[in-house]
Amino acid sequence: MSLCHALASGMGGIRTTGDLVARMQLRKMRLPQAKRYVADKLGLGVADLTDSTIMRELREELDIGVATGVPLAAKGIEAKVRIADLLGIRVNCVERLARKSAPVRVKASGLT
Amino acid sequence: MTSIHTRMGDGWAVSMTRDELHRDLRAGSEDAARRARIPALDDADVERLAEIFCHRGRITGVDPGHEVVLTKDGCANTLYNGQMSSGVGIPLSREQGIRVMERAFGFDTMEVGHPDYSFKPAKPLLALEQLAMEQAQLDCIVPLFYGAMPNMGLYYRPDGPFANPADLLPDGRIEEARAAQMEAIERLREDMLYVGRGLAAAGADGIDFDTTASAGDAEFLATLQAVETLVGSTDMAIEVGMATELVLGFHGELEYAGTRLAGLWPHQQLRVVEAAGAHIFGPAVTTNTSRSAPWNVARACTFVKECSRVATIPVHANVGMGVGGVPTVEVQPNDIVTRAGVALVEVGRADGL
Repeated sequence: MSLCHALASGMGGIRTTGDLVARMQLRKMRLPQAKRYVADKLGLGVADLTDSTIMRELREELDIGVATGVPLAAKGIEAKVRIADLLGIRVNCVERLARKSAPVRVKASGLT
Repeated sequence: MTSIHTRMGDGWAVSMTRDELHRDLRAGSEDAARRARIPALDDADVERLAEIFCHRGRITGVDPGHEVVLTKDGCANTLYNGQMSSGVGIPLSREQGIRVMERAFGFDTMEVGHPDYSFKPAKPLLALEQLAMEQAQLDCIVPLFYGAMPNMGLYYRPDGPFANPADLLPDGRIEEARAAQMEAIERLREDMLYVGRGLAAAGADGIDFDTTASAGDAEFLATLQAVETLVGSTDMAIEVGMATELVLGFHGELEYAGTRLAGLWPHQQLRVVEAAGAHIFGPAVTTNTSRSAPWNVARACTFVKECSRVATIPVHANVGMGVGGVPTVEVQPNDIVTRAGVALVEVGRADGL
């Protein structure tokens, strides 16, 4: 059932820009505003946001994650780090990664 | 005379003439309008719905450019869960299921959720939920929510510690029933905050309160209080998906932000959810299995359109089994499922599903 909705009405996730528009809706943007915001960041028209041919190339060019299995392309959180930068937003798990990536300093008596 | 193939709200096939179709569309809309005191669908909306239901194809889709964002409840239970969730019983882990939904099926967002999809059973297993969220966040690109149902019914006897209002109210023990609900509110709110804070620390992008107010106004109040606290203390987005179109007043006198919660319709539920600070609102409209799919879809569109008109946050209409005009049947008929979703986007003006 949910697969029906995805095919009939959904934006297509990482095949296109569904994940990016969704991230702007998580910031309370209504759909037209969220689409406009993402389109402007990508330098596209709003109508191009759901074009999988355009977005397959652009997502690889920007290295923000693609739907097919492409070696050396950004995966998972790598892609989200780049998406956060592209959209100018904070992403919770990216913030956590930054905290976890802080230099490790070892004291004589234990770990810092 | 052209015969239109459609279904009833219980999923069984039925044929209608164009006149019967138009009659049911208007009747469903007028039912919603009368109950909630909102505008019925106009002629253009009814014609668009008729177009959707008269479409000759087995399935249909939104017009290009009208695609919306999907938020998904229940994690990947469509794949790994059993009959109770209309799942197909494939032995996948949650992490595998989420990857399949993201990469193979093109979902815009996904969720981590406990198979027993309520806050009460998930709470003692918070550590496992956090581990699942952490691992999924490393692997996924789409926004990941943590989802669960407040499901206050689990806090009443025999499943929980508090007296059951369903036993007390028929005996006329109203004050005792209210007292039990007030106790349950405290416990439920604290459990939801405990889980919410834990998942925020694990890196969740958001939290989805699913089927909110299933146990009435007391459950709604507990959820709104939890939303308000989480909004003020975490960076997570909060989605509040409702259980049905009317908040039942098992308590009857509870208020949030000066608004009595009992008797609220979707466009009114939206207001208190916005006041609590939530980021996405999910109206739910229960399917009447004795009525046709066109009747049910038109009714749902009427409620959702009014929500969309007044909303300041995205509206993601619920389109799971038995809501949003989707039939109440275990194996979903794709012809009606796609039509219901398209209708809520094109006529209901939803920002998502």
